[in-house]
Amino acid sequence: MSLTPSTFPIIPLVKKKSVMALLEKGKRLDGRSLNEYRPLSIELGYIPKAEGSALVRLGNTVVLVGIKTGIGSPFPDTPDEGILLVNAEFLPLASPSFEPGPPDENATELARVVDRSLREIRAVDLSKLAIIPGKKVWEIWVDIYVLDHDGNLLDASMLAAMAALSSAKMPEAVVEDEEVKLNREKLKDPVPVKHRVVIVTVGKVDGHLIVDPTLEEESLLDARLAIAVSDDGRIVGMQKMGMGTFTADEVRQAIEMAMESSKMLHQELDKALKGKVK
Amino acid sequence: MKGKTKLIKKDGTRLDGRKPDELRPVRMEVGVLKNADGSALVEMGRTKVIAAVYGPREIHPKHLTLPDRAILRCRYHMAPFSTTDRKSPAPSRREIELSKVIREGLESVVFTELYPRTTIDVFIEVLQADGGTRTAGITAASLALADAGIPMKDLVAGVAVGKVNGILVLDINEVEDEYGEADMPVAMMPSFGEITLLQLNGVLTPEEFEEALKLAEKGIRQLYEHQKEALRKKYSLQKEEV
Repeated sequence: MSLTPSTFPIIPLVKKKSVMALLEKGKRLDGRSLNEYRPLSIELGYIPKAEGSALVRLGNTVVLVGIKTGIGSPFPDTPDEGILLVNAEFLPLASPSFEPGPPDENATELARVVDRSLREIRAVDLSKLAIIPGKKVWEIWVDIYVLDHDGNLLDASMLAAMAALSSAKMPEAVVEDEEVKLNREKLKDPVPVKHRVVIVTVGKVDGHLIVDPTLEEESLLDARLAIAVSDDGRIVGMQKMGMGTFTADEVRQAIEMAMESSKMLHQELDKALKGKVK
Repeated sequence: MKGKTKLIKKDGTRLDGRKPDELRPVRMEVGVLKNADGSALVEMGRTKVIAAVYGPREIHPKHLTLPDRAILRCRYHMAPFSTTDRKSPAPSRREIELSKVIREGLESVVFTELYPRTTIDVFIEVLQADGGTRTAGITAASLALADAGIPMKDLVAGVAVGKVNGILVLDINEVEDEYGEADMPVAMMPSFGEITLLQLNGVLTPEEFEEALKLAEKGIRQLYEHQKEALRKKYSLQKEEV
C-alpha cells in the first residue's frame, strides 16, 4: 500500500521563503539558474569485475550502476529475444531516510521508469541477444546502486545505466549440445546498444520550473515530471511524480526544458564514452 | 510484433469498431458496497474496476500520522482472475508503482488538511483487465471519495491515449496497448485543467505528445460528465426519498 510520506528533509519556513524569493529572480540557493545542472562526472569501469559499470556524480548525488549478464530462458511471447532487467537499491548508507529491506515504492518506481525508457525505443537490441533461439538467451541485469542521495536520483541513475550498458562487454558464450557455457575469462562482444537515452526531471515549485533539483529543493517541490529523451530527440518515456499537479502549459514548458538539457546530457555521455566504445 | 500488428482497419476504425477519438462504452455506479464509507464501480468496455474508501479514520501504527493533515493510503491491486493468465495475488512491482502514482494523483484533490492525524484509505481492485485499468482505477477512486463525503477540490478522471499503427487513439484496450507503439495514461481535475497523473510508455515526438494530451483531455471531459451523472443518480434519488 502506498501512503503519504512525511517530507524529508524538513525545511525551515525561513529557508523556504528565501528559496522562493530567489526563484522569483530566476536564481537558486547554490547559484545555479533554473535550467542549469550541477557539476556532472561519469566514471567508467569503476567495478572491473562487472561486465560494465559507471559511477555518476551529480553534485553530491552519487549513483553506481553495474551490469551483469547470464543465460536464461526467453519469455514465451518473445522466444528470439534476450531479457533486460532493471533493479534499483536505495542503500541505507545513502541517506538517513533510506532503510534496509526490499526496494520500496520509490526505488521500484525509479527502476521501472529507467526500464521503460530503455525498453520502448529498444535502446538495447534484444533481438541480437538470442543464443539458441527459443531456448537460451542473454539476460542483461542493470543494477542501480544509490550511494549518496542529494536529489535527482532518476537523471543520475539513467546516465549511469546508459554509460554502463554502452561500455559493457559480455563474456564469451560457448554452445555445446544445446548447452551454453560462459567463459567469464574472456569478455567479447559489447551489449548491443542501438540508442542512447537520458532522463531530464523537471521540478515545479510555486509555478517555477527547475531542472536537476537538490534534495533540499525536492522537499519543496509540488511535483516533478521526468522526461526521457533519445539521442534522436524523441520522447521515449514520461512520469509525473509527487503530490502536486501540472497544467498542460507547464508540461509543454517542461518538455522544452528537457529537450534543451538532454542535449547537454547526451554530450556528456558522448564525452565519457568516446574512445572507450567502438 | 509491436507496430506490425494491424490495429486500424481500412475504413479508419479500430478492431472493436471505434473511431480513433472514441471512448469504449462507459458504465459508472456509486455506492456499490455496503461496508465502505464510499465506493464506486467503473467499467470501460471490458475493463471493470471497483474502488472503496474507508475514512477519515484512525491510523495504526500511530507514528504514521501527520500533525497537519490526513495521510492518504492507496492500494491498486489486480484480482488473480482479471487477466488472461492468472496473476499472482502478491503485489507485483507494477502494482507497487501504480499504487504510488494513483495516490499522488489523488493527493492534490482531497482537502486532507481538514482531518489531521487520520488516514483516508483508498482500495482499488481490478476485477477484469482489458487496458486502461489505472485510469479507470483513479476515476473510480475519486467517485468513491466523493461518495464517502470527503471534501474535494474536484473529481479526478483519467484515460489512456495510445499510438497504434502511427495513429493516436483514445482509451486503448489491452490489444492496442500490447501491440501499439505508445501508451499514455493521463488523469486530470477537469474543472481546473490540472494534470494529476501522467505517464508515457512508448515513443512520441513532441508534436505527437501535444496532440495526445489534447485527445486525453477530450476523453476526460466526457468521463467527467459520466462521473457527475453517476453521483447525481445516487444522491438525487435519496433526496426524493426524504
